[in-house]
Amino acid sequence: MTVSTTVGALVPLASSLADTGHTSTGEAVLFWVLAPVMVIAALGLLFARKAVHAAMGVVVVMISLAVLYVAQEAPFLGVVQVIVYTGAVMMLFLFVLMLVGVDASDSLVETLAGQRWIGLLLGAGLASVLIGVVVTATYSKPVGLAAANVDGNPQDVAKVIFGQHVFALEVVGTLLITAAVGALVLTHRPRLSRLIGQKEKADARVATLAEGGIITPLPAPGVYARSNAMDVPALGPDGSPLEQSVPRVLRIRGQERGYGGVFAEIDEETRHQIEGDHTEEQS
Amino acid sequence: MSPMTALPMAAAPVGADFSNDTWWIVLIKAVAIIVFLLVSVLFAIWFERKVVARMQVRPGPNVHGPFGLLQSLADAMKLLLKEDMIVRAADKVIYLVAPMISVFASLLVFAVIPVGPEVSIFGIVTPLQLTDFPVAVLYILAAASVGVYGIVLGGWASGSTYPLLGSVRSTAQVISYELAMGMSLVSVFIMTGSMSTRQIVDAQVPIWWALPLLPAFAIYLVSMAGEVNRLPFDLPEAEGELVGGYMTEYSSMKFAWFFLAEYINMLNVSAVATTLFFGGYHAPWRGDFLNTGWWGVGWFGLKLWFFMFLFVWVRGTLLRFRYDQFMRFGWKVLIPFALVWIVAVSVVQGLRRFTDVSWQTLLFVLAGVMVVGAVVSFLIPEKKPPARDEAPPEPFDAFADGYPVPPLPGQVLPPSPRRSLTVEGTAVAVANPETDESTAEDPAADETTAEEGDRG
Repeated sequence: MTVSTTVGALVPLASSLADTGHTSTGEAVLFWVLAPVMVIAALGLLFARKAVHAAMGVVVVMISLAVLYVAQEAPFLGVVQVIVYTGAVMMLFLFVLMLVGVDASDSLVETLAGQRWIGLLLGAGLASVLIGVVVTATYSKPVGLAAANVDGNPQDVAKVIFGQHVFALEVVGTLLITAAVGALVLTHRPRLSRLIGQKEKADARVATLAEGGIITPLPAPGVYARSNAMDVPALGPDGSPLEQSVPRVLRIRGQERGYGGVFAEIDEETRHQIEGDHTEEQS
Repeated sequence: MSPMTALPMAAAPVGADFSNDTWWIVLIKAVAIIVFLLVSVLFAIWFERKVVARMQVRPGPNVHGPFGLLQSLADAMKLLLKEDMIVRAADKVIYLVAPMISVFASLLVFAVIPVGPEVSIFGIVTPLQLTDFPVAVLYILAAASVGVYGIVLGGWASGSTYPLLGSVRSTAQVISYELAMGMSLVSVFIMTGSMSTRQIVDAQVPIWWALPLLPAFAIYLVSMAGEVNRLPFDLPEAEGELVGGYMTEYSSMKFAWFFLAEYINMLNVSAVATTLFFGGYHAPWRGDFLNTGWWGVGWFGLKLWFFMFLFVWVRGTLLRFRYDQFMRFGWKVLIPFALVWIVAVSVVQGLRRFTDVSWQTLLFVLAGVMVVGAVVSFLIPEKKPPARDEAPPEPFDAFADGYPVPPLPGQVLPPSPRRSLTVEGTAVAVANPETDESTAEDPAADETTAEEGDRG
């Protein structure tokens, strides 16, 4: 498989495309506007520092490609490209990027030994298979858009996909579903304990009512003019301090201040101020 | 738009005929769409505030202009003149581009919505629709999915926690609810045999699809609220949990872009519901002069604002979903339901197309299947709630082998010794270890008592 045979196989393809294809002015303008944008966005994918910027580059390329498809009178392909790739696949990428974190950088440590070489080998294998397929493929003579879209573009695409290529489609579909189920199985963890539902929790709380349990949330700690700390109890409607409004841990540790303590501090401070004023007046 | 307007000239059979359109007709239509959307948004904000106010027994905006109609104009002016701030932690380019993506994508949808039948504009007969092509409804879905990028990128680029959470929620929400939405539309495609909006409207002449395809319509109604982040599905901007969600860090006109996009999207999904399920511009009856010409615009508007009212009504009635319930509803109820419905519709349509079974036989057989299904469902014993294990699990010693191991399924750690510590006279608050997660105490605080535990 030399370069010359590859080129030799591609020449008739190119000439056959050139025979039937013609480009209108609008299409040419569209192409020359979009092509530089796409090239810049594609380069952005390679050179962007942040992963989200790279993802944006891919999105721009995808949408521009979709516009070009539509301009080539393949509206179904163009629109599905946006829905599936831009709307679902890239969105999942972004989702993962966001969960990973804004500033996260790639780890360059190989988790599998020799991963790089195996990947290189497999990549070379895939490339050779693909090149082989492209070179040995035979191209039938193009029939033109009118003949290809007799019943309308989506209808005829459907005929090709679900008629000629239905087996390949089903195989690919099965593969994708298997991959999704595999990912689920691999990441699934069984629950350690039984899930306690909302109703069950509420019932359990009500059941403790007879033993003096409380079904409402506990009162929040006190908020006064000089103190709103966790260790000061709130006052009930009758003016008595509510012990339960101070977190249990603080009370067990004995770190509760008591509201009398707060008022004593305030009293002392006011007394100091008043005395200070008096001394200033005297001097 | 230029390649898209050129499309209907392909061999595809499309209902609308745009061959008479000159460039200025296209321009008039495009400008009319944008003006209509912008004015409608101003009206929609007033409408929503007024209707919600009436539902809550208060007058609502009533100061500026007649019935307070100029209130939203005043608000828009205020937003325009406010200080435009850019957060220092923001990723500037994406931060600026995100609101534009939102608005741009939301303006795209109305291009393929048929607003009326063919009318004469300055002597040129043309359909009241900017363009139509064989995959117009898919184009609407595509525009919607691009619009989400605005929300997602806006939240990310703000460089702040709550917006990021809002946009993560939004991504998950849109991916799951767009699936259900797309599948609810598939049954319309199957019945019509086309994805062109004009043909779908024309196919609804005897009966609107909302009735024969009621389940699909119901799924669409639910998922359209999810799609535009409205109550009860407004988790990306839940103000009680996330401040303002993805738009927290936006101010002035950039905030207004997001606001505008949200309301235009409401109009969009309402217009899609009108077109696909409510007969588009057709009157509810047939063969009247009210069914011709410019009257179609009136019918379309009425139906559109019916759906807008529905949005406001739902907002005034329902509470926000809890996030896990919301996801469970999308994946475990809506999507399976939509799948079953698609299969049912395709079976019926296949039987009609490829066999000579008459409608009546088909309906009787279907009714029979449903009755049998209902009877069988009564025979299935009710699922009992899983019995609580009466025997308490055997005590698990994490340090049995000398080093700590986590419990396996079925094993339960013994209650923490710190749980039993009490303050004199306040022992009641922790009567039940299952319930005290919701009390004011922080369970994690127990760990800090490890050393000082004896003090109490």
